[in-house]
Amino acid sequence: MDQLLQHALNAMILGGTYALLGIGLTLIFGIMRVVNFTHGELYAFGAYMMYMWVMLIGANFVLSIVLAVALGVVLGAAIEIVLLRRLRGADIDTTMLVMIGAWIAIQNTEQLVWSGVAKSINSPFPSAPLVVGAISVSWTRLFVFAVAVLLIAATYALIQWTRLGKAMRATFQDREAAALMGVRIDTVHTATFALGSGLAAAAGALLGPVFVVYPTIGDLASLKAFAIVILGGLGSIPGATIGGFILAFMEELGAGYISSGYRDAMGFLLIILILLVKPTGLFARKERIG
Amino acid sequence: MHTKTVKTASPSSCGRRVGSPPRASTTAAGLIAAGVLATALSTGSVAAQETIKIGVSQPLTGAFAASGNYVAQGARIAEDEINAAGGVLGKKIQLVIEDNKSNPTEAVATVEKLIVRDKVPVIMGAWSSTLTLAVMPKMQEYKVPLVVETSSSGKITTAGNPYVFRISPTSEMEAMSFRPLVAKLGIKKADFLNTNNDFGIGSATEFAKMLKAEGVQVGVLETMDPKANDFSAQLTRIKASGGDTLFVTTAVEQNTLILKQAKELQLKARIVTTGGSNSPDQLVTQAGDAANGSYHTVFFPPWFPEVVKNPDAAKRYMAEWKKRGHEPGGLTEGFRGYDGIFTAVEAIKVAGKAEPAAIKDALWKVKVPGVYGDIAFIKQGPAGSESGQNQPTVYLVKIDGGKVVKPEF
Repeated sequence: MDQLLQHALNAMILGGTYALLGIGLTLIFGIMRVVNFTHGELYAFGAYMMYMWVMLIGANFVLSIVLAVALGVVLGAAIEIVLLRRLRGADIDTTMLVMIGAWIAIQNTEQLVWSGVAKSINSPFPSAPLVVGAISVSWTRLFVFAVAVLLIAATYALIQWTRLGKAMRATFQDREAAALMGVRIDTVHTATFALGSGLAAAAGALLGPVFVVYPTIGDLASLKAFAIVILGGLGSIPGATIGGFILAFMEELGAGYISSGYRDAMGFLLIILILLVKPTGLFARKERIG
Repeated sequence: MHTKTVKTASPSSCGRRVGSPPRASTTAAGLIAAGVLATALSTGSVAAQETIKIGVSQPLTGAFAASGNYVAQGARIAEDEINAAGGVLGKKIQLVIEDNKSNPTEAVATVEKLIVRDKVPVIMGAWSSTLTLAVMPKMQEYKVPLVVETSSSGKITTAGNPYVFRISPTSEMEAMSFRPLVAKLGIKKADFLNTNNDFGIGSATEFAKMLKAEGVQVGVLETMDPKANDFSAQLTRIKASGGDTLFVTTAVEQNTLILKQAKELQLKARIVTTGGSNSPDQLVTQAGDAANGSYHTVFFPPWFPEVVKNPDAAKRYMAEWKKRGHEPGGLTEGFRGYDGIFTAVEAIKVAGKAEPAAIKDALWKVKVPGVYGDIAFIKQGPAGSESGQNQPTVYLVKIDGGKVVKPEF
């Protein structure tokens, strides 16, 4: 029983960060239909910026997160303006190849700048865990979970209730009609990509102090994010959120009770099963072709 | 082999590498650049005739980048030390270091390139067991010997590949040298957590076998993906298993995370990391107080170099490492490259010529006073196609109070 509770708690915490990674990508991949291979690199970028602010400059921990996310937003906007803007209307393969190139370029730049040696980021929280009965959890992870939940809620509110959110939804439903209604299409594209990138950077900045930071950490993050988005249904924020938690519970319980060798396979097995029954993912909106 | 005087050759004299052929370009500037590059290429090959090339395949990028770069840095130190002492057979040596990107497919491509294009008579590589196992068939195909500097999977020297000469210990040797410590540490029940590849599985298998023979109960055997960074599920299960000792086998990044996460989950078991790629100094810096009380097997203890068989070689290597400003945490990894190059060069010297077949025969005769100890090869694997295996010493160190110390029993 204690073991089950501990597994459930681990999965909740892990699920929060998976969800954060997922919603960032679902905006870009699900709504913009850009197969964004740089998502994991934005995650790594956020983590490295966190390292720079906390460990090299010595800034306040919370302020560092804000700065790391802000820089992630700027990098995301730059990728959209420099690479994607001129590819608007290009077919999905061309865009995909450009994004693969960007992924490799960013990852190698990280290696050049920061070297391959892993960096660790000090957290201001006590290193002794919070213990309740037989289960325990680190304070840093609790903090990460709380911030992740907050960011997910804020993103949902932004898409659902603000003018920008409405413009985003309109643009990606029907670009021409939205343009005719006076929506600035270019701005919306840039804002969406920057927002998704900022969320990836936030996940990196939050998880950097939990894990260690090295140039290839983004690869795994990217893989999980794609899995979550496909599981939850393209473009659905609640889908990505719930998908993140489902993936975390599958991995945690699968590894805990079946076999840890198949930990990553568990998640993908579930995705195959769900896609067999519901090919659009759990929460996808109705597709509109044309 | 190891001479007393150490002079460092200037960095520009080493590491000359032939670039990829010029790409067709339509601009005039491109054509001029191509012309310049072609000139550079031809002068490069003239210079190459006066040197003996040694191929190196290491993971300089990707998941094992940190360790691969340390090994390459150690190899460069050996190169400069050998050249400062006059090289071998009257020629300078020249390392051609290729990045295998921590990827078995890329690793095969690097050795093929080194053999076919650079025509190296001997190669050192390829760090991880999986990478080494991937390149071994190519070595046999081209009949070029491979000096294995890091990999520990038993399969490497028992596969019946006569071109393989390993200076690092096998997992079995490591387990055997740990055997007397089982009673001293009072191990009654052990659990395992290892990376899901040839290295991790090989080590867990050998240690479990040895522990069972010592009458120790073996609890759970957990695995993790080499790229994974969250082990809460595995550690929760290990906690429930309740062993007194947890054997962990992976590279330094995952070791760091496991120490931290074990503390978060209040795992009481003593943690022992195996495999020698655990960089205890880096664990102290990065895992902080979570590293206290943990034990680590290493194949070179830079904290007390006086205990090794050839302290001169160790001190020379350490002094140069420090002088070059390399990461101190990499000392436990870089010596593998240093010893690997000395072993290859000694074989060239014994062979009297830089040809693969002669070097292969000569490797059986070498005796190198290295950091690993006195490097010499014994036969392992099926009769008739044995591989060479060195028998280095294994050391156990402990982290206590933020310092690496000799464990006291």
